[in-house]
Amino acid sequence: MLVEEQGTQDVEELHAEDVEELLVDDLLVEEVSIDGMCGVY
Amino acid sequence: MRRLLSVTDAPAEARPFSSGRAWRLHPQVALRDEAFGALAYHYGNRRLVFLKSRTLVELVTSLHEYPSAEAALDALVGDTQRAAYRAALARLAASEVIDAA
Amino acid sequence: MPPDVAVLPLKEQFTRGLDAPICLTWELTYACNLACVHCLSSSGRQDPRELTPAEARRIVDDLVDMKVFYVNVGGGEPMLRPDFFDLVSYAVEHRVGVKFSTNGTRLTPERARVLAGLDYLDVQISIDGAGAATNDAVRGEGSFAAARQAMDNLAAAGFGPFKISVVVTRQNVEELDALAAMAEGYGAQLRLTRLRPSGRAVDTWEALHPTAEQQRRLYHWLVGRPDVLTGDSFFHLSALGQPLEGLNLCGAGRVVCLIDPVGDVYACPFVIDREFLAGNVRDPGGFPAVWRESPLFTSLREPQSAGACASCGSFDACRGGCMAAKFFTGLPLDGPDPECVHGHGEAALSEVSARGDRPRASLGHSKVRPDGTPVPLPTPVRLRPAARA
Repeated sequence: MLVEEQGTQDVEELHAEDVEELLVDDLLVEEVSIDGMCGVY
Repeated sequence: MRRLLSVTDAPAEARPFSSGRAWRLHPQVALRDEAFGALAYHYGNRRLVFLKSRTLVELVTSLHEYPSAEAALDALVGDTQRAAYRAALARLAASEVIDAA
Repeated sequence: MPPDVAVLPLKEQFTRGLDAPICLTWELTYACNLACVHCLSSSGRQDPRELTPAEARRIVDDLVDMKVFYVNVGGGEPMLRPDFFDLVSYAVEHRVGVKFSTNGTRLTPERARVLAGLDYLDVQISIDGAGAATNDAVRGEGSFAAARQAMDNLAAAGFGPFKISVVVTRQNVEELDALAAMAEGYGAQLRLTRLRPSGRAVDTWEALHPTAEQQRRLYHWLVGRPDVLTGDSFFHLSALGQPLEGLNLCGAGRVVCLIDPVGDVYACPFVIDREFLAGNVRDPGGFPAVWRESPLFTSLREPQSAGACASCGSFDACRGGCMAAKFFTGLPLDGPDPECVHGHGEAALSEVSARGDRPRASLGHSKVRPDGTPVPLPTPVRLRPAARA
């Protein structure tokens, strides 16, 4: 995966937005909409 | 209107996140520490958000102490990670985990 | 990469368990004034060992300490508990959200007004059809009318958006549009949930559960209706295409569990069986100790084998389906769900049939006649005249 292969140096050279999205989506924030589990109540 | 567990209107998506403003943990969000960081549960929109680093948790819980999100990032996050954490805050703002103070 | 960042995705973290449940179900009583043919908890008769009001409040205290976000309250019929309102108020005052499920027979106009004044509270009215014919065949004559009256009472009290919760059956799957329209009419949200072969449904599941074709139609209907809630109930259908909303995995003992009316803690509300009993809240350490240390939950939090499903390309999407559905149809837990969308469950079921291995229905707390024989189901509702508070 792109992020894991990058060192800090390489990150600065990429377009800022792309990097941010990759890092954030996998490493820092994850979300799920949760109405319940198994549906009971 | 009483605070419900029901779904509210969909949040404004893709409103640009302004880190120059003051932000705070949304008053309808409950935060619970876990080994990996924290779980944030929004009582209004029923979203469950997983904060996957202790630094992010610290950032979110102390946001209100700073005049701006940028100031908080300066104080709490190393240079090289600031872009990532700024983007994380933008995500959290879009999910209403944080709102403008 | 920041050194303190966890690398596992949320779903993987959940399969290892959390410090506190997220969707905890708490059945307050086995007493019920209905006798639905598919009741997951085989309710009807109150258990003499039911938790006292003080014991119930202690559970709320524990939930506060554990920072549980909300609790799903049900039963039997939870509004039959004399301390129902005390308990609900106690919970919401301590910011433990309450979502409770009711048949509506006790939801008078006065009580609707009380509920409308409470914070952090969600109400869900149970029906199983868009009209009395379909509904009452499962829930008893008069139950549909009672439920509609409760909905009217909530609306009149200005409660705001409540939920209408429907267990999908072979008979009501044709009525989904009508149910959606009913919810829309009230400004309510529709929830559709999966029928498990649990409780009294051990015997009625075969006749009631939707056919494979109906389940495919249901999946596509749900995909086109993101406003309809499912409580992550149909994750076995996620193998059909884009995943449905939710975590799409079995959370039993990991993200969810059940506290039953006598304080027994089970892995989930659909496995009220000794096999899935983790402990009791009256044991030392109470609920927190059971959640954190019970051997059953510890073992559920180990990586689970995909078993016979390992070679299936859909396993990631469906995770082998529902543990309860497998257990009560006699299927191995590390194999296909009985309603596996690829049909793998059907093959497994015929083998079980040949062996006669399925767990038999236990009486549970179902009502019995004086001679001890079960009361025929469903029983009609006898409403109090002019339903006063």
